[in-house]
Amino acid sequence: MNQPASAYFIEERHDPNETHTLSVLVQNEPGVLARVIGLFSGRGYNIESLTVSETESQKHLSRITIVTTGTPMVIEQIKHQLDRMIPVYRVVDMTLTKRSIERELAMVKVRGQGEHRVEALRLADAFRARVIDATTESFVFEITGNTDKINQFIDLMRPLGLVEVSRTGVAAIGRGPEGM
Amino acid sequence: MSDKSHDPNQMTGAAMIVRALIDHGVTDIFGYPGGAVLPIYDEIFQQSEVQHILVRHEQGAGHAAEGYARSTGKPGVALVTSGPGATNMVTPLTDALMDSIPLVCISGQVPTHLIGNDAFQECDTVGITRPCTKHNWLVRDVNDLAKVLHEAFYVATTGRPGPVLVDVPKDVQFATGTYHPPRKSDVHRSYAPRVKGDATQIRKAVALLANAKRPVIYSGGGVINSGPEATRLLRELVEVTGFPITSTLMGLGAYPASGKSWLGMLGMHGTYEANMTMHDCDVMLCVGARFDDRITGRVDAFSPGSKKIHIDIDPSSINKNIRVDVPIIGDCGNILGDILQVFKAEAKKPDVKAWWQQIAQWRARNSLYFRKSNDVILPQHAIQSLFEATRGKDTYITTEVGQHQMWAAQFFGFEEPHRWMTSGGLGTMGYGLPAAVGVQVAHPDSLVIDIAGDASVQMTMQEMSTAVQYELPIKIFILNNQYMGMVRQWQQLLHGNRLSHSYSEALPDFVKLAEAYGGVGFQVHKPGDLDGAIQEMISVKRPVLFDCRVAALENCFPMIPSGKAHNEMLLPEQANDEATAKAFAGGKALV
Repeated sequence: MNQPASAYFIEERHDPNETHTLSVLVQNEPGVLARVIGLFSGRGYNIESLTVSETESQKHLSRITIVTTGTPMVIEQIKHQLDRMIPVYRVVDMTLTKRSIERELAMVKVRGQGEHRVEALRLADAFRARVIDATTESFVFEITGNTDKINQFIDLMRPLGLVEVSRTGVAAIGRGPEGM
Repeated sequence: MSDKSHDPNQMTGAAMIVRALIDHGVTDIFGYPGGAVLPIYDEIFQQSEVQHILVRHEQGAGHAAEGYARSTGKPGVALVTSGPGATNMVTPLTDALMDSIPLVCISGQVPTHLIGNDAFQECDTVGITRPCTKHNWLVRDVNDLAKVLHEAFYVATTGRPGPVLVDVPKDVQFATGTYHPPRKSDVHRSYAPRVKGDATQIRKAVALLANAKRPVIYSGGGVINSGPEATRLLRELVEVTGFPITSTLMGLGAYPASGKSWLGMLGMHGTYEANMTMHDCDVMLCVGARFDDRITGRVDAFSPGSKKIHIDIDPSSINKNIRVDVPIIGDCGNILGDILQVFKAEAKKPDVKAWWQQIAQWRARNSLYFRKSNDVILPQHAIQSLFEATRGKDTYITTEVGQHQMWAAQFFGFEEPHRWMTSGGLGTMGYGLPAAVGVQVAHPDSLVIDIAGDASVQMTMQEMSTAVQYELPIKIFILNNQYMGMVRQWQQLLHGNRLSHSYSEALPDFVKLAEAYGGVGFQVHKPGDLDGAIQEMISVKRPVLFDCRVAALENCFPMIPSGKAHNEMLLPEQANDEATAKAFAGGKALV
């Protein structure tokens, strides 16, 4: 144990990491995304996925969906730190509600000929991916689903000539009649 | 009114800024002119309601505004130009953010059409200051300016106070638009800090307090920020419960140092009795403090047997470092009032006699002991002498950062809040001198003393010129040991006494320096001359640099070596070479 001299007690935290999806309702104004991202980088939090778009243009409201990992104490901190920002209306931990639906959209480009091409199309059909562009030697598939499903589809496309992937990141919404 | 030229609310952006300051009761601002704020300076020139104090460096403006804010409870205001003016404000803004000080900074910006152009004296001010303000704004339309200025004052002063910055491009300062006085709709609907504590939590807290055998109250700067009512209620709670109380560096003065329940400051250089009481207590009531690493020491050994109640207006302070049992979110004043009401109605005064006997034993260790000398002035002795000489006077103390700051916290007794201005969270060397300028502006007839170190004071020495210009009779009391004392202490304790660059080989002659600025200089070497010189310093009604030559190698004790627990303090009488080496041996790997 020959750690460098430092002012701080260097502590290993052994709490296991958890993955949480947070929905954050914010005022859509210049710099608001920079504030949110700056909070994560400045305090050393993780961003696994970030999705943001204006959702109510008359009220200038945007909804940010963040997938993050950390110990329960860190997750709690992240929520409080977000909530105290001036343009933030609400922070909801979709993972804790246990009643949320999460979806992601991906566009997957696959290049190949012959048997590979047929196999790609067959798998796409099984995953309910749509063909949104095609040439004689390529397809672009559009697939929607949760993160696991998309990961699985991409893994299957890899040996069949995967060229590139563009993903939207996760969007989440609660089940039932109530809003957040 | 059809003719807009006769509408009194039609004015330029620059005029709106001055008007908003007046509407928010601002009487003094600190600033430095430059190209991008000239229209505002032109407006300042043509009025007399807002006094402008010209500093010598923008950092000085920021710290002066902080000192002004801390000593009055009102927001401090700084005005700086674009580019370097704004970047020089980064340190005071960060300092104010860490210590929850309400600060409104107005910065000039290049005209909107030049933004993003790498124009002369352009920088991304809102980008740079985003992480060091509570909130900031770039105003692109003069018709938004009034709303933003009013919101800025509201955000700075409500909830957990903090610094805000409003960046105003020069063309917006020139443009004419409509001003309106402050109104509720100026503020983001999303900003609504909670002030009232949850009643269930308050009952849980009272139940814990009423059944405590070994309680402690641990208060912080939040009590002072909350206002005089919170201070009064804290004192009443201590009286009603008979519990011991300790405070953080930021909280000194909320409970009087002469009070019978006072344990002294806690933390790394706190008293033995305060830290042992924290370690062994069974119920801890934390009011407006945030379990900072300088307070807790080793986190997993922090007060292991206690139930913890935490009152804080900022939910993100709860469970950040230390898990607490009863969090209560809201304003300390409000919540202390509720706790007192429930306690008085339903609880009996707990029997804590045995606990006080235990505390008396810790107190008997006399952890602030130091050996006085007839040949050389001990820094602790110098602070004691200064304290004695100012007793009963209307005194405000600011400090720089380092050993002198800790000695001031240990040996200067504060009876009232708002009397002690120090850079706690950020630890900004160079804070004290400009802060003293700000305090003296707010309290022209009071005795304002910056307890300084020879290294720190040189970081913002230029503000002596400000003090002389505005006839601010601040007293800069320098504990001159010719070292960066705290750096040297750590090098001695942790780095094999290799004093790497902690010695100032070419100190200025502070007496001549004072005279060069147009102030008064003193130099004292002998303990016997100290009291007389201090009296003389106090009687001088001009800015003073007091060069108090003290023992060069004195260390600041007691001390919790970093990475150790509260009950592993190193006391002065134990601090011989061998014990010190041992205490820091484990720490050497960790600290």
